[in-house]
Amino acid sequence: MTEAIAAVKRDRPPAGIMRWLTTTNHKDLGILYMSFGFIMFFIGGAFIMAVRAELLFPGLQLLAPAMYNQLFTLHALIMVFGAIMPFATGLNNYLIPLMIGAPDMALPRVNNWGFWILPFAAVLLLTPFFLQFFGVGSGATGAGWVMHNTSLDLQSGAGMDFAIFTIHLLGISSLSGAINVVVTVLNMRAPGMTLMKMPLFVWAWLITAFMLILAMPVFSAAATMLLTDRHFGTHFFDAANGGDPILLQHLIWFFGHPEVYIVLLPAWGLIPQILAAFSRKPVYGYRAQVYALWAICFLSFLVWAHHMLTSGLPLAAEVYFMYATMAISIPTSVLVFCWLGTIWRGAMTFETPMLFALGFVAHFGMGALTGLILPDVAVNAQYHNSYVIVSHFHYTFFGGGIFGMMAAAYYWLPKFTGHMFDEKLGRLHFWLTTIFFNMTFIPQWFAGLDGMPRHTADYALRFAAMNFISSVGAFLLGLSQLLLVYIVVKCVRSGPKATGQVWEDAQGLEFTLPSPPPYHTFETPPVVK
Amino acid sequence: MNEALRQANRRLTVRLLLLVAAATGFAFALVPFYDLLCRVTGLNGKTGGAVQAAQALEADTARWVTVEFTSTVMPGMSWEFRPAQTRMRVHPGEVTRISYLARNPTNQATAGQAVPSVSPGWTARHFNKVECFCFQRQVLQPGEVKEMPLVFLVSPELPSEVQEISLSYTLFPVSG
Repeated sequence: MTEAIAAVKRDRPPAGIMRWLTTTNHKDLGILYMSFGFIMFFIGGAFIMAVRAELLFPGLQLLAPAMYNQLFTLHALIMVFGAIMPFATGLNNYLIPLMIGAPDMALPRVNNWGFWILPFAAVLLLTPFFLQFFGVGSGATGAGWVMHNTSLDLQSGAGMDFAIFTIHLLGISSLSGAINVVVTVLNMRAPGMTLMKMPLFVWAWLITAFMLILAMPVFSAAATMLLTDRHFGTHFFDAANGGDPILLQHLIWFFGHPEVYIVLLPAWGLIPQILAAFSRKPVYGYRAQVYALWAICFLSFLVWAHHMLTSGLPLAAEVYFMYATMAISIPTSVLVFCWLGTIWRGAMTFETPMLFALGFVAHFGMGALTGLILPDVAVNAQYHNSYVIVSHFHYTFFGGGIFGMMAAAYYWLPKFTGHMFDEKLGRLHFWLTTIFFNMTFIPQWFAGLDGMPRHTADYALRFAAMNFISSVGAFLLGLSQLLLVYIVVKCVRSGPKATGQVWEDAQGLEFTLPSPPPYHTFETPPVVK
Repeated sequence: MNEALRQANRRLTVRLLLLVAAATGFAFALVPFYDLLCRVTGLNGKTGGAVQAAQALEADTARWVTVEFTSTVMPGMSWEFRPAQTRMRVHPGEVTRISYLARNPTNQATAGQAVPSVSPGWTARHFNKVECFCFQRQVLQPGEVKEMPLVFLVSPELPSEVQEISLSYTLFPVSG
């Protein structure tokens, strides 16, 4: 009797806010993670709109340099840790159990804690920023997302402490998520779902999870050392007392470079699936892609100092990091050619997810090619800390990461909501995003080549034209994202009913379920042939 | 979830947590490892501690090496700080004494710490200091001028193609 009641209770979530606070259901948590990432995407975007407004014209018009530093620092921290990573985590929460035929994630309670840490981390990060408008404190940290871009990082105010504690919280959250993914993928697969039958998205997340487990503790440790240096009299980075400031850079980038791939790998996993579905072909080079992803994971831990080529490394070390970095282009090329192989001679159609997936391939390709030039020891001295870098990593993070997440959002949105989205508006959103994204970042490439330094609120007159174009592009890019909000809200509320299959040639276990899938799925494992 | 799966999940979770602990330990282990690496290889031009003057070998009077001295004062430090002479010629193995001059123009007693660096970095292991103001922090009273000694010798093992060595001191403020 009690079992029967429990079974009924389990099938129906509690109503209202309590459902979301107490849920351990992977689909609910997936939606929470994705919504959080979606909201933070707009907060991080709003910060950079202010930065671009300051850069619209030469001279200082709107922002004091200290405020400017806070804005770009918060933009970076929010976009990387608040928007892209949580959105990718939301996708894995919702999709991995469906893709491998598991009833839920392996550690559902940990999953709930992992999510509910995030809003507190965001509040902690932003509190000093807003307090300064009431005359409390000196604002948030302005030292850049890797915390060493000002020579005064040890001296800057309480904003840095808030950022350090935020990093600790984010570390706990991402590590719990990563452990959950590994345990789920290794232990919970349906019978017959061998490792080499898993969709590439699951593979990519498994590898991402291992990178998080190995890299995130280094970031937390470096942040802890910075904290004890600031307040508890240790001297890890304090040269006057025998420490070494360059060590901070080494530690941060030992995390920071794998972090780049942590952001990108989930997108690399889902793109081939989308390309395959809309080319009506199987994924090309599945095995090669799995091995390439592992190779990138391995190499990503060996190349960190290419971010520090101007820090006075000896030549031998610089040359090593140059070649090691360039070596990453080999497995990356394997991926890119497999993507092209997937669409090659396919019966392609260009629905919104496919457009974003193709946009991903093109823009990520540009980001990757510019990334092949940057580690060159000889040219790096010119490009280091210039807008060339800014343009390069936005082609990888926005052109790669965000375009990938958008492709995924459009591809699985009908699965999540049970409604088809407005295809016309979706395509319009793609074209607006693509045009204004390039309008924003191509001029930055030229300004950077001409020598414009990053992290500076003002610039020389000769950069004025490029910055004007870039700023206008950024405003329009920001505005066109409001269209995405409209499309998503409209799709959640209404729209033509989506079938279980959603897309004509979509493959995978999740498309064998109705849209939206019932609250509990695969309680009896499916049989995978 | 059946009991066997639950236990398997728990086992794997514990193993992954151990991996997290190991990664954290690795990050802290990098600190002494980094220091050791710099010392052994002379990366960063890191020089060692004091050597005994008795270790001084016979001077190789046939050879000359030019040693250049420079100084940098970090932001937040208001001392004047410079070498008494910017270059000198020495024989390898010859014990030489020079001095750096520091003046505290402020009305507060402050402490500073000089951090040495030798260039080219790999010659650092051949640059031996018998006595150096950089071995301890220096405290200057308001307006005080101090002549700070440096006694060094360039090892005769210095490869003969090296004719110039630069020694740079960076002065950092010491708080507390």
